[in-house]
Amino acid sequence: MLQVVDLHMAFGTLEVLKGIDLAITERELVFVIGPSGSGKSTLLRCCNRLEEPVKGQVFVDGTEITAPKVNLNKFRQRIGMVFQSFNLYPHLSALANVSLALRKVSKRSRVEAGELAMAALQRVGLVDKAHSYPNELSGGQQQRVAIARALALEPKVMLFDEPTSALDPELVGDVLNVMKDMKDAGMTMLVVSHEMRFARNAADRVVFMDQGVIVEEGTPKDMFGKAQHKRTRDFLQQVDH
Amino acid sequence: MSSWQRFAEAFLDWDVIVQYLPAIGSGLIVTVEIAALVVICGIVLGLVLVVLRSYRITVVNWLIIAFVDTLRSVPPLVLILLLYFGMPNIGINMGGFVVVWLVLTLVLAAFAEEIFWAGLLSVDKGQWQAARSTGLGYTQALIYVVMPQAVRMTIPPLTNRTIAITKNTALGTVIGVAEIMNEATTAVSFSGNASPLFVGALAYVMLFVPVVYLGRWIETRFAWRKN
Repeated sequence: MLQVVDLHMAFGTLEVLKGIDLAITERELVFVIGPSGSGKSTLLRCCNRLEEPVKGQVFVDGTEITAPKVNLNKFRQRIGMVFQSFNLYPHLSALANVSLALRKVSKRSRVEAGELAMAALQRVGLVDKAHSYPNELSGGQQQRVAIARALALEPKVMLFDEPTSALDPELVGDVLNVMKDMKDAGMTMLVVSHEMRFARNAADRVVFMDQGVIVEEGTPKDMFGKAQHKRTRDFLQQVDH
Repeated sequence: MSSWQRFAEAFLDWDVIVQYLPAIGSGLIVTVEIAALVVICGIVLGLVLVVLRSYRITVVNWLIIAFVDTLRSVPPLVLILLLYFGMPNIGINMGGFVVVWLVLTLVLAAFAEEIFWAGLLSVDKGQWQAARSTGLGYTQALIYVVMPQAVRMTIPPLTNRTIAITKNTALGTVIGVAEIMNEATTAVSFSGNASPLFVGALAYVMLFVPVVYLGRWIETRFAWRKN
């Protein structure tokens, strides 16, 4: 469903990704962990070309989105993204946030877009907040609206960039529950996060990145219990799990 | 005679005021016409320029920046005189009203473009990323997500600058436009009394105090503070 081949990315002379190969099959939830600066967020952003890789290829549902003549806007609808700082549009209501792309990109009518948006809000449990504005919502609610915004376009794969890192602890659970529901419903997900407990419970595979390369990957049981590489074990020891 | 009586004689001569009130009234209408046109055209042009600038095409940017920097540096009076007395030499006769409108529109557009540009740059990059990640094109993201936020953030400096620039309609007096100042100074020379000037000043107050309040109302209603 999502495949990354020999991905290289640099900011000027600073090499951030030094050859990443990763394949995610349909319905898989892959968790990416690693210290800050390891390139995890950059990897995520290369998957929908918010960052442009300097070398390598990204395939989504069989199509190479790093090819020169690809219709990126069209393919970005197939790739949903959720950000650490939510990035809701503050001048629009929750419903308008979710329906904007439906109206302007999928070219749905206002009525149709509204219905689809309400359905997405229902999936994240926020139908009653449809007409609220982002500044009236808690962090957890905002993030769930952000998830609905991505879901409404019916993506094939969802990318999560530290979705709960900016949330107060008591709000994290609501967002993780929504993510668990999505996993159970069969969504393909690539998640960068520090929520190790969630990884243990929901992830099919855990990938450890450090300094721009994938050091190790495996099932949660393998990684958390008996990681092969010392770097992996050191990192996991530092992070509470 | 007390100083109050002298003041009243000089500035509040009732007969003179009554005689020239209609003239100043018609001057007020001209001022309002120019000011309204300047505000609408100037802000719209400023928006167009900032949208163009956001595409970052080198040549276009160069032109926009040259235009904006020139118009913000030259005193409007100089431009008005240049256009009014200079243009007829190359065959373009615009008339005083058009010259004042054109110069003030361009000056307001230049300042508005810079104000909107600053607002555009200060919109969080995450807004662009979120919009683009849902498949919105560059222009769509600009129009539906980023510019609405940029404009709301820049309302205070924008209303401020608009009020300052539209008061320059008074410069029309130099090229014979029949706005408030022109009517007032003409009345002063005919009557030999300064009262019409005083009424002129009152006319500006009557016109712009509501505008200032309108600006403040727009600010409180629509403007955001950047968090």
